[in-house]
Amino acid sequence: MQIRAPKTKRAKRELDKRAPKLVENVKKTLILHGTKTSAVLNSVLTELYHLKRDNAVKFSKKNENIKPFETGGETSLEFFSHKTDCSLFAFGSHSKKRPNNLVLGRTYDHHIYDLVEVGVENFKSIESFEYDKKLAPKIGSKPLFAFIGEEFESVDELKHLKEVLLDFFRGEVVENLNLTGVDRVFVCTALSSKTILLMHCALRLKKSGTSIPRMELVEVGPSMNLVVRRHRLPSESLLKEAMKTPDHAKKIKNVTSDVIKGKTGRIYIPDQKVGDMPLSNNIKGLKRERREAKQNKESKKRKTESE
Amino acid sequence: MEGSSYQIDLGNLMAYDPNHHFQSIPSSRGELANHCLEKGTEMVQAIANSLFSLPSTESRDGPVVKLPLPTTKLPREKHLPKPKPPTKWEEFAKMKGIKKRKKNKRVWDEQTSSWKRTHGYDRANDDRDIPILDAKSTDEVGVDPFAKRSAEKKERVKKQEKNRLENLKKAAKAGALPSHIQLAATALPITGTKKDVPKKASKDELESVAGMAATSTASGGKFDKKLPGEKPPKHSGKHRKFLPVVEGKGIGSKEKQQTEKILNQLLSKSSHEILDVNKAVTMFNVKKEKQRKKDKDANPGKSGKLKPNKKSFKKTSTKKKP
Repeated sequence: MQIRAPKTKRAKRELDKRAPKLVENVKKTLILHGTKTSAVLNSVLTELYHLKRDNAVKFSKKNENIKPFETGGETSLEFFSHKTDCSLFAFGSHSKKRPNNLVLGRTYDHHIYDLVEVGVENFKSIESFEYDKKLAPKIGSKPLFAFIGEEFESVDELKHLKEVLLDFFRGEVVENLNLTGVDRVFVCTALSSKTILLMHCALRLKKSGTSIPRMELVEVGPSMNLVVRRHRLPSESLLKEAMKTPDHAKKIKNVTSDVIKGKTGRIYIPDQKVGDMPLSNNIKGLKRERREAKQNKESKKRKTESE
Repeated sequence: MEGSSYQIDLGNLMAYDPNHHFQSIPSSRGELANHCLEKGTEMVQAIANSLFSLPSTESRDGPVVKLPLPTTKLPREKHLPKPKPPTKWEEFAKMKGIKKRKKNKRVWDEQTSSWKRTHGYDRANDDRDIPILDAKSTDEVGVDPFAKRSAEKKERVKKQEKNRLENLKKAAKAGALPSHIQLAATALPITGTKKDVPKKASKDELESVAGMAATSTASGGKFDKKLPGEKPPKHSGKHRKFLPVVEGKGIGSKEKQQTEKILNQLLSKSSHEILDVNKAVTMFNVKKEKQRKKDKDANPGKSGKLKPNKKSFKKTSTKKKP
């Protein structure tokens, strides 16, 4: 057995960044594609990468042995997730049966947690939108979300997709937010029980009479129709484990602090049933031989009982 | 228009409208986009209303608000860190009531009469810097006290390493190994792939390689010191047999034997004899022995079971015609 520790402080810092923590880092995204992709899918993946520039990794090679929904095809994905420390991934592939296929997935402890497979339709890239360049949202700004449609609550697939999209585009969870930095919003509208329209818009804050500015949406980014094809929810145990929050300090029972007495607690003694208690055989009043004889008889009795 | 009946999650800056449904999806893309933008604007306005009414502090970049915790729960990406079990020293200290003492970065060094650092290069009161050691009555005559001190230090360091390994093993068992440490004999290097791990050579491989290396020496590996457990080389000695130079008059007996052997081999190949008498005789004898053995075995231990008719797959002695 040997201890392998990093030799430089820099390597140690990098490893500590990847360690499990109470308050976690931003989730990084891994963007890759399979053997066959279409032009539409390529642009979808590149634009997704641009939207998440700071914390995304894009692979350019073709990966033929990744099949997320099959049992054997996940090992490569898990390996990449482990190496790049990415817990979200977007895998694009194109086939006749599933054209413009995009699998959005999450990992827990670098094992597949859940998957949603969507087909991309009616894709409009960033270049096709014309807008005032000053409004362009900055990379890394925290987006607003608007989900429209009752289907996001009633339909299982869309509920799952909503959660996954929120996780994908949320970015860092911050406590303090600079109000001048809110400049983008993702609008998702449920068109049917299986399709949604995803739009990315920039925000323009206009002066209004009160201190609250008036919001104006300008469509800037990619817009696409997502058709949910398959999805895999996490198993119950995995879900429970992943949703665990760090323990809040347990309430200690039976401890009260009194100003005069100090820290007090109550001791509860069960009732002593004096009548049922067996008398001991080590009666000091008897002479020694009789006492020992009594003790031996008792122990012999116990031995025969146990046999 | 639905009023502010949106579900707003301020921690995630999210608004959800549960009461909207399309009676009929607008046919053109532009109309649909506009409709969605309108709805989106309303909802974003609702978020902004609650957002901007939060108490804000002024910073140099602008007003900063403190967001509440997000209400929609999302799964973690890694498991919760497990608490480390106390090390052996920590348990001992707890039992004895020993508390940690703050150590100074610089300590006074008596020898050089200066302030030196406590640990590390050029430290104060270093064990190795003592120039003179007084001899005690317990010291033996031939023992070098400086060597003894350094040996003791090495022992202490080894013991400490062993204890550290034990503590880490305990932590690994509890699942709380520190993230930058790996514990295994065959762990992959911290960066790298399976190809970088050197493969272990097998015993036969090592033996053959050692043999090859030995024969490449000038004396053919005859006088190499053998390690304990190393087998003597096979095929030692000459590989060719040279006849003696002088052996009496004319063609010697050994040479005669050699040439006779070669001749016989050549002639037998071209002979037309069908039967090789010697071979036939030996085969007959062998068969007879086997039969005798079988009878001996069969008679004493006669079992009621039927024995399968064993068919021999041996080739017969018939020689094919050339």
